[in-house]
Amino acid sequence: MSARGRLWLFLVAAAAFAMVFVTACFSLPPFGSGHHPYGERAVRAALSHHTANVIASVNFDLRALDTLGEETILFAAVLGTVVLLRQTADEQRRRPAPAVVRPRVRWFALAMLPLAMLVGLYVIAHGQISPGGGFQGGVVTATALHLLYLAADYRALERVRPVPLYEIGDAAGEAAYVVTGLGALLAGSAFLANVLPLGTFATLSSGGTVILLNAAVGIEVTSGIVVLLARFLDQAVEIENADDGNDHGNDGKERV
Amino acid sequence: MTDALIVVALLLVAGAATAAVLNRDPVRQALVLSFLGLALALLFTFLQAPDVALSQLAVGSAVTPLMILLTVRKVRRRPGDSTDKGHER
Amino acid sequence: MTVLPYLIAGWIFLIGVYGLVTSRNLIHAVGCLAVAQSSTYVLLLGVGYRRGGTAPVFSDAPTDSRVVDPVVQALALTDIVVGATVTALLLALVVQLRKRHGTVDPDALSELKG
Repeated sequence: MSARGRLWLFLVAAAAFAMVFVTACFSLPPFGSGHHPYGERAVRAALSHHTANVIASVNFDLRALDTLGEETILFAAVLGTVVLLRQTADEQRRRPAPAVVRPRVRWFALAMLPLAMLVGLYVIAHGQISPGGGFQGGVVTATALHLLYLAADYRALERVRPVPLYEIGDAAGEAAYVVTGLGALLAGSAFLANVLPLGTFATLSSGGTVILLNAAVGIEVTSGIVVLLARFLDQAVEIENADDGNDHGNDGKERV
Repeated sequence: MTDALIVVALLLVAGAATAAVLNRDPVRQALVLSFLGLALALLFTFLQAPDVALSQLAVGSAVTPLMILLTVRKVRRRPGDSTDKGHER
Repeated sequence: MTVLPYLIAGWIFLIGVYGLVTSRNLIHAVGCLAVAQSSTYVLLLGVGYRRGGTAPVFSDAPTDSRVVDPVVQALALTDIVVGATVTALLLALVVQLRKRHGTVDPDALSELKG
């Protein structure tokens, strides 16, 4: 189908979709309405399990099985990316030349790096009492690590980021989630049920299994995103083609 | 007052999304996506969702544009090109 | 104002899909997919908002205060992070396509046609 044909097909479909969607919008509860039956029940259930952050409770207690599925998608996506971006036989690795880094910038990065990682780990650890949790804190920690790449160069980053360790961490996080769920089975309840003591409301030890699942997801997301960025950086900075015969039908012209 | 803030944030998000799509160059699109991430985080904060805003800020402003830029760098490299390695990072 | 967030979500979705359909560069197409994904977040949070409600975190608020719907926030939260990793997978596919076929223009990738 030609490009114009595609565009016309899209415009017709978009018009039909828009008509149905606008009609449906006026049948939804008005924006800001007070009718949230599911939400009220979720809040009551979370508070009865002594978890102050209701969203963490929904993610790791009330709907923990959904989060297992999401975490598995994340794991599979990282796995797929690692497979796709591996170094193949016709490629070689060329070490980049070290970049010139001003000493003050380097010292600033070295000072900020542990601070930023601490903030990320804090966000993970306090997921059950304040806004935060494994997903957000994991992303913050993973990007904090790459402060070193921004402020110094690729070789400095490689020194603080042994990739095999993070690959193991990714798998360990995923496994820890499932093992915690199976532990609930062994304790006589359902898979991923909250079987640990619930603790005092609004303290670090509240929520039961929410703490463990939170930590598992935090480890997994941190490691997953570090591995992802490591593969992309490898490809962009180090790996190159050994031969120049991969120019399939391109005639040497760039078509990006 | 909150309503006005939400309306402004919604319009900002719609504008940033349109700009992200209409910018055909991937490098520029990555920067506009970063701004879209920021606008979305602002909207989520006004909608009383700090968890979601934190997540969106970290992911949409940092991770996604970074990966797009790295892909552009990898894709634009001509196969077998080794002349621009003098000042690598 | 009663339907504006939903309409904006619909607009973002349509503009994202328009970008996908008319894209001449697969990296740009992946970015447009990310835009279309963000429309679902806006819709979810728009449905869950309650006027006069605060964030559903009770560490510093009394436990009987009005809060917005936490379930849709939980859905959107995991969605965002997982969406980013799926974007990474798609970008890795684009890198492979470039290696094998030498182009990232979807119209020039004739080998993918049926």
